Amino acid sequence: MTTTTEAQITENGHSSQHQERKWQDYFTFSTDHKVIGIQYLVTAFFFYLVGGALAEAMRIELATPDPDFVQPEFYNQLMTMHGSIMLFLWIIPAGAAFANYLIPLMIGAEDMAFPRLNAVAFWIIPPGGIFFLSSFFIGTAQAGWTSYPPLSLVSGKWGEEIWILSVLLLGTSSIFGAINFVTTIFKMRMPDMDIHSMPLFCWSMLATSALIILGTPVLAAALILLSFDLIAGTAFFNPAGGGDPIVYQHMFWFYSHPAVYIMILPFFGVISEVLPVHSRKPIFGYRAIAYSSLAISFLGLIVWAHHMFTSGTPGWLRMFFMATTMIIAVPTGIKIFSWCATLWGGKLNLNSALLFGVGFLSSFLIGGLSGVMLASAPFDIHVHDTYFIVAHFHYVLFGGAVFGLFAAVYHWFPKMSGRMVNETLGRIHFALTFIGFNLTFLPMHPLGLQGMNRRIALYDPQFQSLNMLVTIGSFILAVSTFPFLINIIWSVFKGEKAPRNPWRALTLEWQTASPPIIENFEEEPVLWAGPYEYGIDIESVDGEESVEEMLAEVGAES
Amino acid sequence: MQSPALDESKVTLNYHQEAVTGHHGHPDHRMFGVFVFLIADSMTFLGLFAAFMIYRTIMPAWPPEGTPELELLVPIINTAILVTSSFVMHKGQDALKKGDISGLQLWFGLTAIMGLAFLLGQGYEYFHAEFGLTTNLFTSCFFALTGFHGLHVATGVLLILSVLWRSRDKGHYSSTSHFGVEAAEIYWHFVDVIWLVLFVIVYLIN
Repeated sequence: MTTTTEAQITENGHSSQHQERKWQDYFTFSTDHKVIGIQYLVTAFFFYLVGGALAEAMRIELATPDPDFVQPEFYNQLMTMHGSIMLFLWIIPAGAAFANYLIPLMIGAEDMAFPRLNAVAFWIIPPGGIFFLSSFFIGTAQAGWTSYPPLSLVSGKWGEEIWILSVLLLGTSSIFGAINFVTTIFKMRMPDMDIHSMPLFCWSMLATSALIILGTPVLAAALILLSFDLIAGTAFFNPAGGGDPIVYQHMFWFYSHPAVYIMILPFFGVISEVLPVHSRKPIFGYRAIAYSSLAISFLGLIVWAHHMFTSGTPGWLRMFFMATTMIIAVPTGIKIFSWCATLWGGKLNLNSALLFGVGFLSSFLIGGLSGVMLASAPFDIHVHDTYFIVAHFHYVLFGGAVFGLFAAVYHWFPKMSGRMVNETLGRIHFALTFIGFNLTFLPMHPLGLQGMNRRIALYDPQFQSLNMLVTIGSFILAVSTFPFLINIIWSVFKGEKAPRNPWRALTLEWQTASPPIIENFEEEPVLWAGPYEYGIDIESVDGEESVEEMLAEVGAES
Repeated sequence: MQSPALDESKVTLNYHQEAVTGHHGHPDHRMFGVFVFLIADSMTFLGLFAAFMIYRTIMPAWPPEGTPELELLVPIINTAILVTSSFVMHKGQDALKKGDISGLQLWFGLTAIMGLAFLLGQGYEYFHAEFGLTTNLFTSCFFALTGFHGLHVATGVLLILSVLWRSRDKGHYSSTSHFGVEAAEIYWHFVDVIWLVLFVIVYLIN
């Protein structure tokens, strides 16, 4: 069957209709969503290395209680840039990378709804990132990634202004991306695919995009006003001129709390794809996972003031935000349980992708639970601005988002590059990452409970031994990047050729060549099974072929 | 084994035909995209308006004591101009839907002039104001809100002018193909509605 169709395609001269992919495409203004996806991913990874280097510098400084490695002012700059780069230039673009690459393939479309807008969205990022880094030459912002006034108004004017302009640029890029994702998901699905047979990754990107569209503009408004305060001498947020810094905090967190979900939801989607494929079981609770993404998205918009329990927020408001924040644990818990139930009794293939998937589950669970602790106002007031907070959000953003990101890289690498990765190196990468990660961030919990302040270059000598442990952990984390880099670079050039469907997965991206041709599918993709109908051998299509047989066929093609 | 193979080759053929025509006849999702963008843009205004309303609620006196009274005559005229322009603009789209390109040009041209008149009025208001950007929190808000809205009006005028420029090409817009015209019009209505909210909260309720 396969050979006949392929022969027909060549006879029709179909393959010559499509242009061949050139390597230059990856360095130019290409409108192909797959090229853009990889551009996003590689750019984001570059900034991950930059942000990681800044983190290592901070950890070297914090190995001892005294500021002996860098000046405290420089430490503040490192801390500000580490946070901002990791959020705005690594995790958010990396989520957009997979969304760009996967959404059109998963829904059987040729490309995104607005390919040129998509390319513009990407090409804002490299200049934005370089502009961001350029502030090191004139004194970077020191006020942390939150840039709270009045601190941000008195700690270096032009560094802060560059910070504001870069975030505005990156936010614009993010909005353009989100407009594309929403339109593509709603309007470009292949005719047979209704919204409830769409892969869960698309659901999670729908929820993410909604947050980007509703949240980012409010941050933009706040930053424009902050910019006026900084440059034009107004006093929107400056108490010295009659303004109110709390208004900034409200506007900032109205975006920046949803931003946490903007960063984690895409990887919730990734995990919902990775777990069923590698445990050969249908996803447990498709609709529960899909709708809980939307619930998280909605609730994420009404919890922001839990970041402000110590900002003089009145009691009744604290109660409201405490309650809504705790309610978020419900849809998140539904997801965690559904994922565990998916794994339960499955035929697990513990390859690098699934290892990172399981690593995600366990680390994110810890981050989620400490999140519930922090939602409680009395506890939060106690640990506010301590290392407990640092531990919490690194368990969510590193243990959650970054583990999910690596799971995604290992899972879709064969599709993106047409080559298999080296499993041994992949597992070494996982082991080092998992050990390094826990060694770095687990001791921060007791440090925070004992009262070690965050965002400061010096600390009480009693905390030194645990801090040394954290610094050693961060070195292991740094080392863990090398097997990954070697693996990826080696596999791109020398890896074993990947068949079109090495994992025998059912989502549509695996129905085309690896890597997919330009405009994605040689022939209109056929939706002959739901996205997660694994291990259901008895079910058959047209009463002739079972899903398993068809899978074997697709897997055999290369 | 046989029948799926047959089916599939049929599908393949259909797909190719579609693909050939499809390159020009892609289903048009741009209007949907415009709406999503306007939701995002309206959130920017929502952020600014919310900040303004919070200040109004928490400050002991609002506007702060010593703020000169806002002159209402020019903004009222401006409001009338902007609201009328929305209807004028819609007549342009009506004309186009009947295939009347010169009607489109006439009404859109008029809308552009009304937009410019609005901007001139706002400029007049700025130059004759008895306060500056940094006088106090209220005046800062006044300039930030009206200024940000003014930027949107200016963008709208540019959009209308670019529609007029393109309409010189015969056949660029027709009664069936007129995305640019509709997008410009929806954007203009959006800017109009934002102005009404702004006018109420900045000028009227103080």
